[in-house]
Amino acid sequence: MDIKWDKILVTGDPLILASQIAIVLTMIGIVVGLTYFKKWGYLWREWLTSVDHKRIGIMYMIMGVLMFFRGGVDGLMMKAQTAVPENTFLDAQHYNEVFTTHGVIMILFMAMPMLIGIMNIVVPLQIGARDVAFPQMNLLSFWLTFAGALLFNISFVVGGSPDAGWTSYFPLAGKEFTPGIGNNYYMVAIQIAGFGTLMTGINFIVTILKLRAPGMTLMKMPMFTWTTLITSLIIVIAFPIFTIALLLGALDRIYGAHFFTVSAGGLDMLWANLFWLWAHPEVYIVILPAFGIYSEIVATFTKKRLYGYTSMVLAIVIISVLSMLVWVHHFYTMGVGPAVNSVFSITTAAIAIPTGVKIFNWLFTMRKGRIEFTQPMMWTLAFIPTFTIGGVTGVMLGMAATDFQYHNTLFLVGHFHYALIPGVVYAVFAAIYYWWPKVFGFKLSERIGKWHFWLFNIGFNLTFFPFYLLGLMGAARRMYTYSAESGFFPLYFISAVGAFIMAAGFVAFAYNIYWSTRYAKRTTANDPWGNTRTLEWATATPVPHYNFAVIPEVRDVDAYWDMKKNGDKYLTLEPKDIKPIHLPNNSGQPFYMGMMAFLAGLFLVFELKVLFYIFAALFFAGMIYRSFDYDEGYYVPVEEIIEKERTWRDDSKWKAN
Amino acid sequence: MKKRKSLLLSALSVFLVTLLSGCELAEVIVFNPKGPQAQKILDLINWSLFWIGLIVAVVYILFVIFVWKYRARPENENYEPPQEKGNKVVETIWTAIPVIIVILLMIPTVTTLYDLEEVPEGYEDEEPLVIHVTSADWKWIFSYPEENIETVNYINIPVDRPILFKLTSAGTMQSFWIPQLAGQKYTMARMEVELTAVAEEEGTYWGRNTSFNGQGFTEQEFEVNAMSQEEFDAWVKDAQQNAPKLTEEMYAKILEPSHMGKETYSNTHLEWVDHGDHHAKTYLNPEMYRLDYGYPGKTFYEEHDRVIKQHSAGSNDGGGHSGH
Amino acid sequence: MESKLVKYPVPTEYQSEQGKLNILGFWIFIAAEIALFATLFAVYGVLHPRTANGPSGAEIFVIKDVVIQTLLLLTSSFTAGLVIHQMRQGSVKGLVTWFVITLLLGGGFLFMEIREFIHYVEVGAALQVSAFTSSLLTTLGTHGAHVTLGLIWGICLIIQMLQRGITPKTASKVHIWGIYWHFLDVVWIFIFTFIYVGGLI
Repeated sequence: MDIKWDKILVTGDPLILASQIAIVLTMIGIVVGLTYFKKWGYLWREWLTSVDHKRIGIMYMIMGVLMFFRGGVDGLMMKAQTAVPENTFLDAQHYNEVFTTHGVIMILFMAMPMLIGIMNIVVPLQIGARDVAFPQMNLLSFWLTFAGALLFNISFVVGGSPDAGWTSYFPLAGKEFTPGIGNNYYMVAIQIAGFGTLMTGINFIVTILKLRAPGMTLMKMPMFTWTTLITSLIIVIAFPIFTIALLLGALDRIYGAHFFTVSAGGLDMLWANLFWLWAHPEVYIVILPAFGIYSEIVATFTKKRLYGYTSMVLAIVIISVLSMLVWVHHFYTMGVGPAVNSVFSITTAAIAIPTGVKIFNWLFTMRKGRIEFTQPMMWTLAFIPTFTIGGVTGVMLGMAATDFQYHNTLFLVGHFHYALIPGVVYAVFAAIYYWWPKVFGFKLSERIGKWHFWLFNIGFNLTFFPFYLLGLMGAARRMYTYSAESGFFPLYFISAVGAFIMAAGFVAFAYNIYWSTRYAKRTTANDPWGNTRTLEWATATPVPHYNFAVIPEVRDVDAYWDMKKNGDKYLTLEPKDIKPIHLPNNSGQPFYMGMMAFLAGLFLVFELKVLFYIFAALFFAGMIYRSFDYDEGYYVPVEEIIEKERTWRDDSKWKAN
Repeated sequence: MKKRKSLLLSALSVFLVTLLSGCELAEVIVFNPKGPQAQKILDLINWSLFWIGLIVAVVYILFVIFVWKYRARPENENYEPPQEKGNKVVETIWTAIPVIIVILLMIPTVTTLYDLEEVPEGYEDEEPLVIHVTSADWKWIFSYPEENIETVNYINIPVDRPILFKLTSAGTMQSFWIPQLAGQKYTMARMEVELTAVAEEEGTYWGRNTSFNGQGFTEQEFEVNAMSQEEFDAWVKDAQQNAPKLTEEMYAKILEPSHMGKETYSNTHLEWVDHGDHHAKTYLNPEMYRLDYGYPGKTFYEEHDRVIKQHSAGSNDGGGHSGH
Repeated sequence: MESKLVKYPVPTEYQSEQGKLNILGFWIFIAAEIALFATLFAVYGVLHPRTANGPSGAEIFVIKDVVIQTLLLLTSSFTAGLVIHQMRQGSVKGLVTWFVITLLLGGGFLFMEIREFIHYVEVGAALQVSAFTSSLLTTLGTHGAHVTLGLIWGICLIIQMLQRGITPKTASKVHIWGIYWHFLDVVWIFIFTFIYVGGLI
């Protein structure tokens, strides 16, 4: 133990000092605000302990947006540093920390929470369920994810950030080459969040398999529910691999084991294999739900049934299987020989086939439709051409022989940003615009939304298209600077300008939320878009905590569209059909578990093992408490349900009284 | 209408970027190969670009047509689109065509992969020049076992003769890349990976590490000087006679994390250690990677920065014989 | 058909909706656990020859103790089956009796395993010695940690059984615990075969 207590807080960098001050001020602001407006009790009762899947979803989304901001600032710092040659805005160490946290935060604490948040809000509604299968575990998932994110985020002011890249390759990430505690944060924080994600996966599999409304067979499930199911399956299979990889990494770093070290027989490429066995499926964990989101939106705003539903389902199943069989393409250059590289080239290129099928299905859904250019649809439309570029460059990288020239260059970075930003970020924006009115009872402004859309799109292409060319010119990824003679300057500069345009787009988005919350017209119409097709639109807006007054019966993939066209007893319910609804009670246990996980994690990061054991024991005590908890939930009284149903059911029976 | 104009605008911006870089095509070094290995890869890249261009074109044309033709207009307000479920024939076609394209891309990929492992055609009879490449933080160490010469951060090679690189690392994993001669391969501690390349033109080529390995990563570059056999022989002779001898002590010093200029020695470190060997001795210096020997932060960097600058200042004499 | 239904009613643990969900959810968790242990076995498979300057498996395994561990755990798996059987019979007393016996056998296994670890450290095969010892102790330790968790969990369930008797809710908990315990036994069989027997050959 050789901790220098005076160095626990990172000092000496004006940028970090400024953020430390900003963090303290924000925290004071939040505490003062909550106390002044007497909102502590509200916050605790209605949000932090709420097991309502919609509230949990919203908390995930808030976290995702905050993390997007954090990861985005990291990105901007990188772009500012490389805007001109031999810049000294960031030094190498700081740059290394920034790109590491950028990657981890964007994938694990932005993309994942955003998509899991959307799944939480939408899936139970789409399948006509009251909640997920395990509501309290759902909240636990959130708090563990939150604890992991919190732990990871404080690293840059407390103790120092991880600095070995989001891939954290050993032996670099081991104690032999990074003896500080920074990379402990990686091993511990992601582990905590990973447990949360694994539980989410289990939760959604059971929810989707067991809690679908009567009549909804598997092949009548909405596409987003299908993608959630497949994503959850990938989570359950892939995350345990990462759990082990992180465990071994932590044992190496904190307990002196020799899994990935240079000395004592460790094997560094074992980390690379384990990491990508998780991380490649992880790419599909975030991208499949996005495909689902686009499928819902494209059908709604073309007024058409999704083209080729069966082949869409088949495509995601095939993609999910292939996603487990391509991990070696991340290190063709390891020198495993042409035979292995050939096999993995073929499996990699094969993924292009089902992905292409999906693109063509979306295109043909639009054919003969009536395309409305609403914000959700705009993002969906922008996705198709940009993602196609990301996809085909992926095939180029997947061809092992040519990869020898692209590998670890900015060409690769260009590719995965072209895959992940249209593939995930655009989808998240589309989803936010699409489901926002359902959750909050008002639409986000289309006018400000256009600013958001165009700034972000133009900025995105300007930022990342030059990466392809830079890569072919020999610019390696993760270089904190370059010389004036390299000839990289013009492209790097365009890229930096693009990044700031993109950031302006994000500002427009934030402003849109602010403006619309204050001024947008409120609605209680269950179907604010007019042409929606799936069950989540068949209930009150904003959605009541019990979701559906009675569970509807499903006859078609587009269950609500079918109800509208063919009539349904659910739409003509009478007050006397309402019965009390059973719902689970709120619980503070998940919050407690999350905090204990955070503290245990923090002490493990600082290698204060005794404190770690104490807090780990307190964490398990929370599980024992849960084992003895026989809370039976409560019933929503009929009057309350009737009151709520009146807000949207036009039928005169609901107006009387 | 406004939307379409803006769509055009963003397409234009992409085009501009492409154009702008078009002026500097010579700098796109992947497209400017100087040896058969890099050439083979380039041929494959061009082949893939053709098919990929075709796919992109089809998607973009369909996209533009559909978005334009089926957009909502006041006139078609009451249009009820057909609720079609799909079409087996159409769906089969757009599955089958990509399958064919994938096959067309994969056959040359596999053959090229095997080709790259061989000595290029026309050079099979030549005795390859063996160079052991050892990467360390953050420099490249090259050993010529037959010539008994060791260099740091540069190599001289004869043109038109196959070079057999035996890659390994003294510590972190790195990636050895000379874009104009051959694609990259990793260097890993206690492992040996082989890479063959031929330079067909005299000149100086640039190489670097592409696999991130810590603070000094960005500057970890080296130079490859391809010269005629006579020039090469003269250089070898000169180095053998005039370059200083390397001792294990000096070598351990080289392996410390730092940047270095170009250096030449008249013996090789293979005399006492081959890092590619499974049981090779390790020269680890964890303490030297400590950020200020405490926690990471700016203060640390300044200290090491000085060391790095000192190294690179005095010894940048382009392949001279500066001792250590 | 009618009489059959009466003769074989739905087991108590499947009677509540939440109980059914919990059991399915736990099976999916077991799938994740399989992935987890499979990864550990793969790591061990790769690293076990890399003994560096430390001992190899054949030099440190004490096969007699391992056989005793195996017998203890296998027997406990059998008695865990009897716990479920007693539950189906509706006998709280029988259930608790067999449950206590199961946990005692599990505790015996854990005691033996801790002794085994102490032995390894004494003969110079601590976690920090080589890639082989790291992966050996981590694989065994992960299994051991699972057994420990199962023991604490089992104690909690015995208390709940005594408090509440056999209800759909308690029954589904015991059933889930039973799945877990049998799973640990299966993992041990793999450990025994691949690590110990494989190490001696």
